[in-house]
Amino acid sequence: MNSLKALTDEAHALANGMMGPAETEVARQLTICNGCRYCEGFCAVFPAMTRRLSFEAADIHYMANLCHNCGACLHACQYAPPHEFAINVPRAMAQVRGKTYSDYAWPAPLGQLYQRNGLTLSLALAAALALFIWLAADAPVDASDFYAIFPHNFLVSLFAPVFLFSVLALAIGVRRFWRDITPATSGAPLSSPAAAEATHDVLRLKYLDGGHGDGCNNEDDAFSQSRRRAHHLTFYGFMLCFAATSLATIYHYAFGWVAPYDLPSLPKVLGAVGGVMLCVGTLGLFKLKLGRHPLHGDPSQKSMDYGFIGLLFLTSATGLGLWALRGHAQMPLALAIHLGCVMALFATLPYNKFAHGVYRTAALLRFAVEKRQPNRLGLGGD
Amino acid sequence: MTTDVLVIGGGNAALCAALMASEAGASVRVLECAPREWRGGNSSHTRNLRCMHDAPQDVLVDAYPEEEFWQDLLKVTGGLTNEALARMVIRHSATCRPWMVSHGVRFQPSLSGALHTARTNAFFMGGGKALINAYYRSAERLGVKVDYQAEVTELELSDGRFIAAWVNHKQADGKVRKERIEAKACVLAAGGFESNREWLREAWGQNERGEYPADQFLIRGTRFNQGTLLRFMMDQGADMIGDPTQAHMVAIDARAPLYDGGICTRIDCVSLGVVVNREARRFYDEGEDFWPKRYAIWGRLVAQQPGQVAWSVIDAKAIGRFMPPVFEGTQAHTLPELARKLGLDEVMFMQTLNDYNQACRVGTFDHTLLDDCHTEGVTPAKTHWARPIDTPPFYAYAVRPGVTFTYLGLKTDATAAVHFGGQASPNLFVAGEMMAGNVLGKGYTAGVGMTIGTAFGRIAGTSAAKAAMATKREMA
Repeated sequence: MNSLKALTDEAHALANGMMGPAETEVARQLTICNGCRYCEGFCAVFPAMTRRLSFEAADIHYMANLCHNCGACLHACQYAPPHEFAINVPRAMAQVRGKTYSDYAWPAPLGQLYQRNGLTLSLALAAALALFIWLAADAPVDASDFYAIFPHNFLVSLFAPVFLFSVLALAIGVRRFWRDITPATSGAPLSSPAAAEATHDVLRLKYLDGGHGDGCNNEDDAFSQSRRRAHHLTFYGFMLCFAATSLATIYHYAFGWVAPYDLPSLPKVLGAVGGVMLCVGTLGLFKLKLGRHPLHGDPSQKSMDYGFIGLLFLTSATGLGLWALRGHAQMPLALAIHLGCVMALFATLPYNKFAHGVYRTAALLRFAVEKRQPNRLGLGGD
Repeated sequence: MTTDVLVIGGGNAALCAALMASEAGASVRVLECAPREWRGGNSSHTRNLRCMHDAPQDVLVDAYPEEEFWQDLLKVTGGLTNEALARMVIRHSATCRPWMVSHGVRFQPSLSGALHTARTNAFFMGGGKALINAYYRSAERLGVKVDYQAEVTELELSDGRFIAAWVNHKQADGKVRKERIEAKACVLAAGGFESNREWLREAWGQNERGEYPADQFLIRGTRFNQGTLLRFMMDQGADMIGDPTQAHMVAIDARAPLYDGGICTRIDCVSLGVVVNREARRFYDEGEDFWPKRYAIWGRLVAQQPGQVAWSVIDAKAIGRFMPPVFEGTQAHTLPELARKLGLDEVMFMQTLNDYNQACRVGTFDHTLLDDCHTEGVTPAKTHWARPIDTPPFYAYAVRPGVTFTYLGLKTDATAAVHFGGQASPNLFVAGEMMAGNVLGKGYTAGVGMTIGTAFGRIAGTSAAKAAMATKREMA
């Protein structure tokens, strides 16, 4: 009888495609959570859970990406270790989340880069730095003109393909994820109110507010806004830097206004403010991560997290450094280092922590759709 | 080392007492016998408190006036309650929540699957452990000193006055360090005795079948409520109240852990099917009332069955209508197959099920109402939600009695004072499960344990601070 059950389970798992040990562990934990539900008010994961009686791979991939690893449900859990049920939802979810990034990655073989993320980032960074420093070595020395060192069209020919490939790879990955989780989340199409709500929740990091607005957990059971603030600085800093670059591109092609720009030009203001925010935000995230409670998240993904935070910090810090060194003899080297960091960041985007923003946004969009559908369950019990 | 107020215990009532005493200006020390990761006693497993309110209040809808709350309590206890104390607790529940919020407790709307409590019960966001965490953080901020793994074995008393407590500190090296702690006043809030298997065995004794029923009980909460202080106070001649076999007892999954299974081990499909005992016979009306009003009697009902075990049997029609159980049920495609899988007498089981199925008079099934589906001509009757069990697959869940907490406690008054021979102690107070029996002689209604603990914890803390200040003035 047991072997028959084992065979059926195996067939079921195969049919489900990706129900591995990480997903099985989430299903085990959520079966217990679903009989308790005390954490329903914290975030989107638990309301999504209560709409289900069992958890298939697609449900789990969806819910794992809804989880923000805030830690509230771990500290509140009556079944957390050392209880024999050993419930640690943030960790189990993080483990599945890491797996979804590599499982959905395009092209598939590159998905494995997630598993060796520290190494991937270091190699990409080293290679990009070496390239630009080597290229800069023979450049004519004019300490104020970037394009004297690297001609504009040459930079475009390097960065545009890398950036476009990253965008394409991320888009294909998240499209596959979307297709898998859509039938598991009612199958209903995305409506404008749902899209508006999810956008709001992403931009405000609603699910790091603890449900009560006091914030999330970091080193212990106390709630604080610090992680949310540091993430806001990082995210909006990044967006401002990205806006600066986009605007500069428009200036260059549409108006023939060539970099470098000076204060108070808009690209400079955006870049300067964004760069400082990104520096401060990543430093904050780094400090908070160092102090995180040991039971939070997936320890094996720490190198990926630190790597991404570090690369973002380097990108912004070298950008600000470049500004400071303009007109100095070290400018070409500073420029080469900055461009190396940017290149490494762009090249690894689809295979590093950056993916969390894309997949989580997709999951939150599906959550906003699903919560608007009638619940098929009618549980009468207490 | 001396302190103004010593609080013995580390759950909701203890911390309410500690916080109130500290706010009143007393120096406070808390002794929790559990290690930090298991702190909070049974409070860690709770999720709400029952609250009186005359108008909608943040997470509470409509109104739940004092009289209705009192009538509910009167009904479940069958009159085994103290009206003055009960009404005091009820009125306290109307005003305590802002204070709870000021100490970091957060509330959330009634949980899905518990919507009927949206009017009567205020749910803690994240449950009882989140509440306990908030209270400990607040206590630490106020300078309350907390010792973990500190078990009080005895008290020094003199004519009903508290002098000192003897504490065993369990140290990291496994050794025990003894300490005598003097205090000007003391609050006892160390829980019931439900974790003490021997005491349960002694209280329940041997039944007519020669069994010790308590040996089959599971404990839904903490393993640390050994009743050491309760026993000590009994031996010292403190006035007691309650019957040692009375407790909050629920029918829970027989596979639940021996301790700390908490809420998720409950089996909530009783009213959707039938329940049979080891002899494959039904023994009680499964549809007597809404499940939330009946779940707390089923532990006792199962305790009275042979082997203290029973099986909740449902068919496919019930799936998706009750909180999903944590452990998978026994599943079968026919009823005889189910009987064989459960190890029950197949002939008797089929007779019970056939009798029941034939007796069903199905009207309009509605699990949210006391509907008109009932049985005729079968004993015991099933008075609501009676539908034939005829749609495969069939499921069964084995259940055993799960004890939440015991009601035997210390007799007290409106100041939470411990009494000896009818005389109130000037500086020894009691709160929580150690005195809940004053209000709750038997039965239960959801969330009332936390209501009693919060009310009496806060009263005991205030009384203890007052007693400590009076002693200080005398000494000065």
